[in-house]
Amino acid sequence: MEIAVAALTGLYFAVSIYLMLSRHIIRILLGTVTLSTGANLTIFAMGRITREVPPIIPSGLYLPAEGAANALPQALVLTAIVIAFSLFAFLLVLVMRSYQELGTDDTYAMRDAEPEGEPLPPLGY
Amino acid sequence: MAAAERPVIDPADAFVMEAPALADWLIVAPLVIGFIFAALCLMTRKDTARQPVIAIAGLVLIFLSVAGLFVHVLVNGTVVMAMGRWLPPFGIAFVADTLGAAMALVSGIVGLATGIYALREADNTERRYGFYPFLLMMLSGVICAFLTGDIFNLYVWFEVLLLGSFGLLILGSRRDQLDGATKYAFLNLIATTLFLIAVAYVYGLFGTLNMADIARKAAVMDEVGPRLTIAALFFFAFAMKAAAFPLNFWLPASYHTPRLAVGAIFAGLLTKVGVYALLRILLTIFPADRDDLAVAIAVVAAASMLLGAIGALAQTDMRRVLGYLVISGIGIMLAGLALGSATGLSGTAFYTAHSMVVMTALYLLVGIVGAAAGTFDLHRAGGLYATAPWLAVVALILAFSVSGLPPFSGLWPKIFLVKASIDVGAWWLAAAILVSGFLTTIAIVRLFAFAFWRPANPDMRSLSLAEVPVARLGVPVLAGLCGLTVFAGLYPEPFIQVSDRIAFELMNPAGYIDAVYGPTPAATEGAVQ
Repeated sequence: MEIAVAALTGLYFAVSIYLMLSRHIIRILLGTVTLSTGANLTIFAMGRITREVPPIIPSGLYLPAEGAANALPQALVLTAIVIAFSLFAFLLVLVMRSYQELGTDDTYAMRDAEPEGEPLPPLGY
Repeated sequence: MAAAERPVIDPADAFVMEAPALADWLIVAPLVIGFIFAALCLMTRKDTARQPVIAIAGLVLIFLSVAGLFVHVLVNGTVVMAMGRWLPPFGIAFVADTLGAAMALVSGIVGLATGIYALREADNTERRYGFYPFLLMMLSGVICAFLTGDIFNLYVWFEVLLLGSFGLLILGSRRDQLDGATKYAFLNLIATTLFLIAVAYVYGLFGTLNMADIARKAAVMDEVGPRLTIAALFFFAFAMKAAAFPLNFWLPASYHTPRLAVGAIFAGLLTKVGVYALLRILLTIFPADRDDLAVAIAVVAAASMLLGAIGALAQTDMRRVLGYLVISGIGIMLAGLALGSATGLSGTAFYTAHSMVVMTALYLLVGIVGAAAGTFDLHRAGGLYATAPWLAVVALILAFSVSGLPPFSGLWPKIFLVKASIDVGAWWLAAAILVSGFLTTIAIVRLFAFAFWRPANPDMRSLSLAEVPVARLGVPVLAGLCGLTVFAGLYPEPFIQVSDRIAFELMNPAGYIDAVYGPTPAATEGAVQ
């Protein structure tokens, strides 16, 4: 099971790197979303996947049964999803706004902060 | 089920039973104060007259709490507090050793200085859109990142400070700001996601997220491969955060676009969080892997300091000169990490504190210079020596300090780092430190010469300081920060003692582990089995 999830994670990472190598901001944005999904799957797989036994302590016992699913990665993934989602929402608005202002989503043309062809600094006093 | 059948459960197995000492509460005080005052500022955001007063009160309280924490740590050693009283490694632990407390203290100083400066710089629209709440949240995030002892919690603080910094960066929504913020946001988001992936691998390999627990398990792990992979991934993620070569280009693209107060706090705090995380992860947790990565770190360090200094030489905009100087400083901090000796780490600790104060002061200075000269362009500025001679004195002190010239605070850590490099025969690293210092001197003194010494440009009207709104509070703040660098340069003994202690603690992670788990070597051995 871990091997299948690991392969899927690898696929996510491959897709995200391909998208992030693009010049267009919207594809880079989709790439970062895919990257964080890949990261979440990694955390999930790292907790070892056991699906048969739910992590519920049976009545009369004080420990969960042997081989119970690990609940901690789910807490971590939940936190990471919430954070990644809020950042995605922010980035989406930021990308939208900068597309409206700059009129382009091509990173080569986004040169407002660092204009092209600036003069050299004064060379003599 | 009858109560008699229940086995006796001792809560002491899972909980810290005794209440923490009153002084130990200082470790969570910056978090509590920062969040409460950020919420108060948010509630009063329409009351633009009262909101800054609340914000400054919050910043003063944060400064007092981190100063108190620093003294507490210096006197009583590492402070540990377990959240929810869960014994480590079950709950999140906050751990303040000398490094964390010292970084928190300098952050408190930088936060207060920029908050006061921004009283005159941030306008009412920016206040309504949340300048001070963002500032307080970001500062709390930075300080908590220095104090947390849990690696997943460190990730959460990184995101908190990142979101605060996004807010500050785009206040104003000018075209260049949106452009810079896009690059900043994407690069930092990718870096934190890589950090999260490394955290996932740590959890998969060690089954724990508590830093002290990982450190003691990593120390007895024989397999180098997975551990080294994790350490390299951490190095990649944090070097990206710290804007080290070759992942540095987002910094000079964005730091000059927002208000100068925002640039100042970014330059003072954000990249240094990356440096702190590198020190913590590669020295406290994976010291053996730092040794394997040392050459790579040294190359990155030398390239960053040289590229930063050369980049600074090539700029015409004063604010962008400073952006490249931040990168150069990061290279110098990484040099000590690459060397790993007591002298080198002591130099890194001292240089980090020096750089936080001096880079903040330089951004604030350029803010006043830009407002007084009416431009940030080196071609057009000039004549400020005639209108503001005392500002020129401050500027020259800061210029010498950032270049590492005597008698200011940049000198001593550079001496340590050069000596540590020569001690291990890394003459090229020593040469890189000295050459970058030389190039920095040219870049920053040229800024001084053009903005202050050159006669005023006849087409530009340069204002006197009395006519510049940011100067009234900006100049006293600058004088205070300048006083710090002069004091640390002339009387470095206490600063060197603290940084030597930081270096000792970093080189002996057993002290950190013992502070979290109690000094019981036999129990430690049992836990690892």
